[in-house]
Amino acid sequence: MSIANKQAICNVLMEKAKTEKDIVVLCSDSRGSGSMAPFADSYPEQFVEVGIAEQNLVSIAAGLAACGKRAVAVSPACFLSTRSMEQVKVDVAYSHTNVILLGISGGVSYGALGMTHHSATDIATLGSIPGMRIYLPSDRLQSEKLTEALLEDEEPAYVRVGRNAVEDIYEEGKVPFEMDKAVFLREGTDLAIIACGEMVLAAKRAGESLEQKGIHAAVIDMYCVKPLDEEAVRKAAQTGRIITVEEHCPYGGLGSMVSQLTAAKAPCRVVNLTLPDAPVITGKSQEIFDYYGLNEEHIVRVAEEML
Amino acid sequence: MNAIRDLERKACEIRMDVVRLVYTTGCGHIGGDMSEMEAMVALYYKHLNCSPEKEKDPDRDRFILSKGHAVETLYCILADRGYFDREELMSTYSRCRSRFIGHPNNKIPGVEMNSGSLGHGLPMAVGMALAGKMDRKDYRIYTVMGDGELAEGSVWEGAMAAGHYKLDNLCAIVDRNRLQISGTTEEVMSHGNLEERFMAFGWNVLSVPGNHMAAMDGALTVAGQSAGKPTVIIANTVKGCGVSFMEDNAAWHHRVFSREQYEQAMAELQDRRARLL
Repeated sequence: MSIANKQAICNVLMEKAKTEKDIVVLCSDSRGSGSMAPFADSYPEQFVEVGIAEQNLVSIAAGLAACGKRAVAVSPACFLSTRSMEQVKVDVAYSHTNVILLGISGGVSYGALGMTHHSATDIATLGSIPGMRIYLPSDRLQSEKLTEALLEDEEPAYVRVGRNAVEDIYEEGKVPFEMDKAVFLREGTDLAIIACGEMVLAAKRAGESLEQKGIHAAVIDMYCVKPLDEEAVRKAAQTGRIITVEEHCPYGGLGSMVSQLTAAKAPCRVVNLTLPDAPVITGKSQEIFDYYGLNEEHIVRVAEEML
Repeated sequence: MNAIRDLERKACEIRMDVVRLVYTTGCGHIGGDMSEMEAMVALYYKHLNCSPEKEKDPDRDRFILSKGHAVETLYCILADRGYFDREELMSTYSRCRSRFIGHPNNKIPGVEMNSGSLGHGLPMAVGMALAGKMDRKDYRIYTVMGDGELAEGSVWEGAMAAGHYKLDNLCAIVDRNRLQISGTTEEVMSHGNLEERFMAFGWNVLSVPGNHMAAMDGALTVAGQSAGKPTVIIANTVKGCGVSFMEDNAAWHHRVFSREQYEQAMAELQDRRARLL
């Protein structure tokens, strides 16, 4: 049984905090939903609760970082990416503080709770800020590798993870990971599917289905949305057809960035599969994905239409 | 520099630098520069444990100018303290490709954090003060806010956290000049009894005449002795303080001198300085 990405991240933070006392986790009444309660219980001296105050969360994290701490601010992605956007812009990115922003229950994880709780614009909002890096890991194992890497550098970053456990993409002990380099889950010459976050699983399955139909699709886990792995996109473009898949609105996300890059440097046909530019339907996250075609079957259908 | 008279003379000299900077470069939020002056001079020439030599010292005191638009005073003080060349500041401030931006930027030596968007300084100062407590360090954190700035909700998020965590290593100064760009603070968004508001958030509150050097110096000394509570100094100041035609006039929130006004301002300040020698 797998665990949620946020829980995997907490496990890494717990392990590191044993000896690395400069790691500080901050929550905005979100230690439970963020799976950070074990950290708060085990390392109370390295944990800061700010209450329901996301602006304060980010500014306090920046202040801690300015005094040498490695601050990890954990809050629902919907609030972190909008309520505290100016604090991210000024106190983290512009002031260049060593803060990791962990957006939990990202995308439409909260399902039927509605648009207030969805973060379908977080890549666009935070990714537009100079100096902000954006990561959407696909599974627990990549989440661990990413967290370890982010703790090693001193640059600001936003990490978005979903609410629930997701099936493993990678195998334990065999996780290919190079910072800011996309992972080719499958090589292919007919087309390329580029996905991020929890959409990687649907892309991976679609790649397998297409192979059974004799269609050779490359499948790329673009966990590093910003900085986008340009080399990987150029390679994908050599197939002549790219499908991007993301749990995000149509503008300013992975699809936009891949389209912008290919249009300028590697022209090819690109189809963006995204959430709509509108409040999404009510339902569980999988029901929402299915409604908008963010699933294996629709990716396969789009691929076949492109050929 | 400890004697009150020396600090007063320094405040007068920095006012002259600020007037010259604003006049020669053609921009600046001079009204607020003048009202915050005694607080800034008392901090940088007596109370703050910081210097160019200690710029990266982990034990230094930290200061955040939350009302970042009044950056000219900070820049002139940092130049005078030797963090960077005064003439570079005077000749390039706000000019094309200058490193001296119209709000604090931490690429400038001596500037701890970027500011300019109001309501950020206090919450960041809370983070710094928490770090000091975690590391059992003795350094102190100071921030200067404007009174118009207090309409920002994030100020009160920070105030709440500072009270909750009993951050007695934190001192906030409110430049209470009662004027903001659209008029008086009480017309734009009234603060009522500011002292009671901060007290309700668990703060130690001092209210002093903020352009009176001995009073500011005394308040900062008392703030340094606080135990178990953060301290806020309500510095009751006069916008444009030190130049007769600017005082208590909202029009001087952001305005540039004519040649005649510049000469009159410098003459008034030179006269004041002569009396302090």
